[in-house]
Amino acid sequence: MKRFELLDHTADTGIIAYGRDLKDVFCNAAYGMFSIIADLRLVKGTKEIDIAVSGLDLYGLLVAWLSELLYYQSVKNILFSQFNIDEMDEKRLKGRAYGEVCDKTRHELKTEIKTVTYHQLKIEEIRGIWRIQVIFDI
Amino acid sequence: MERDWRVILERVDDYRWKIPMSFMKGMKVPGLIYADERLLGHIREENTPIQVANVSTLPGIVKYSLAMPDIHWGYGLPIGGVAATDIEKGGIVSPGGVGSDINCGVRLVRTDLRMSDIKDKLERLTAGLFRNIPCGLGSEGKIVLSPQDEREVLRNGCKWAVKKGYGKEEDILHTEEGGSLPGADPDKVSQRAFERGRKQLGTLGSGNHFLEIQEVEEIYDEKAASVFGLFKGQITVMIHSGSRGLGYQVCEDYVRIMSGVYSRYGITLVDRQLACAPFHSKEGRDYFSAMAAAANYAWANRQCIMHWTRETFEEILGMNSKELGMKLVYDVAHNIGKLEEHVVEGKVIKLCVHRKGATRAFPANHPDVPVDYKEVGQPVIVPGDMGTASYVLVGTDLGMEETFGSTCHGAGRVMSRAKAKEVARGRNLIHELKEKGLIVKAKGRDTIAEEMPEAYKDVSQVVHVLHEAGISKKVAKMHPLAVVKG
Repeated sequence: MKRFELLDHTADTGIIAYGRDLKDVFCNAAYGMFSIIADLRLVKGTKEIDIAVSGLDLYGLLVAWLSELLYYQSVKNILFSQFNIDEMDEKRLKGRAYGEVCDKTRHELKTEIKTVTYHQLKIEEIRGIWRIQVIFDI
Repeated sequence: MERDWRVILERVDDYRWKIPMSFMKGMKVPGLIYADERLLGHIREENTPIQVANVSTLPGIVKYSLAMPDIHWGYGLPIGGVAATDIEKGGIVSPGGVGSDINCGVRLVRTDLRMSDIKDKLERLTAGLFRNIPCGLGSEGKIVLSPQDEREVLRNGCKWAVKKGYGKEEDILHTEEGGSLPGADPDKVSQRAFERGRKQLGTLGSGNHFLEIQEVEEIYDEKAASVFGLFKGQITVMIHSGSRGLGYQVCEDYVRIMSGVYSRYGITLVDRQLACAPFHSKEGRDYFSAMAAAANYAWANRQCIMHWTRETFEEILGMNSKELGMKLVYDVAHNIGKLEEHVVEGKVIKLCVHRKGATRAFPANHPDVPVDYKEVGQPVIVPGDMGTASYVLVGTDLGMEETFGSTCHGAGRVMSRAKAKEVARGRNLIHELKEKGLIVKAKGRDTIAEEMPEAYKDVSQVVHVLHEAGISKKVAKMHPLAVVKG
């Protein structure tokens, strides 16, 4: 199963992420988002950050999760390449992200993501496969 | 569901198309799209009119949900959308109606130079600007703000920058709102937004932001051009940037806050990205104060960038800024919310005007137009893509009446970034642009491909539609000589 694919959108860019369950698809959505920002093959997972977020519902939770990761990228300059969710329900999740501080001599940054949007946001299960569609403002 | 916009859109005249209120349940006003047949083809294809219709369901919206010819899909409001709400009658304010790059905007700097004065030094000038003005993804600037200074930036915008020596008093007079939107409150801006803003003041950013050296190619309105200090063959500099990470964070914070409360105010949304609250509510007022603070950050940002542009010109050309005649023509916001008075059904009322990918265009004699421009009106700066042209327009009385004094903001994308990269594959765009006489310097690997001219609508056509419709009038056209991009 593919982890994600890029979605074409005129002004913005988005992804469709796939997963075996909700935790898996949330992690793959995060992986897809960071793949837009940088080439993740070059990013080591040496730094571990605990992430705990909440939302009003599953959609709010997804936006909060991705926004939280984006915060570490934009303020702390950390690129993440691995994700793990330990526990989650519809409104809360706890997990960890692994990455390293961006080093311009080794990492190539591709695109800046401004925000995660609710626009055409979808989270669905089709025949046992979870699927997330999310669009970023870039 | 596929909609047949050919049937739904009612032709008003050659440049105006109406979405009737009968189109969708919940529409409070009709939609009005400015476009000619050719631009409309793309707008229909992209299904953008549905977003124009969605906006017309917002509480308190008056007259029309408006769309400029450069509209394309946004989240919530389309980019190129204008919506005004009556704040005394439950009118809302919506972060998605302003956009995430709060006060993304453009400023145009004039000079007394001609091509012959800089021809031999253009490469060096471009390299100098590229070196002196931080740009690119996550670019950090030369300024690191102390918490106290950052609060001052948010409160006072351009005035902070000029006080600190980044520019002159006269720059403030030629900036929309004097570069400082009233009501800004740093206490309504989150800690995270503060963190994101700390090191990014005076940075261009990435994506469609740019700094360009241009030459005035054509003058359409001699009188207005002369009032704005523009002439044919003149060298100008255009700066396009916004509020950087601080603005994105303010938008994100308040979309989240409003998502949690709109239903409490009895608001139903057709699109969650249109999350909003009544202007006169705690959340509405808090957002407006935070948005104004982010707008001020953006004005200070463009002011600092202009200051280093002046320094670079002085250094490389060995002339002082007086000899260079480097003066700010004007600075406009094209993602912003404003409290303005407009005439609706014969009465002057206070509206919250959302302009997202749209520019204020006030006519002659409006009190908010700088004194020295009063007899012709407010200059509107419209940036094109890097291969074509940019325009200076001026506001009109008809625009004031019809569009709350608003016009277009640029070319508008027609091609997604991924598609642009696909089209650009195997081509040497830097070489192609060089053939056209254009020097391009960019930080990001994919920026030039993503921002290639073919990815945008024809800015000349966009500007033409509004000129013919009488919403704004053409004053001057500039073509780029050198472009610095993130």
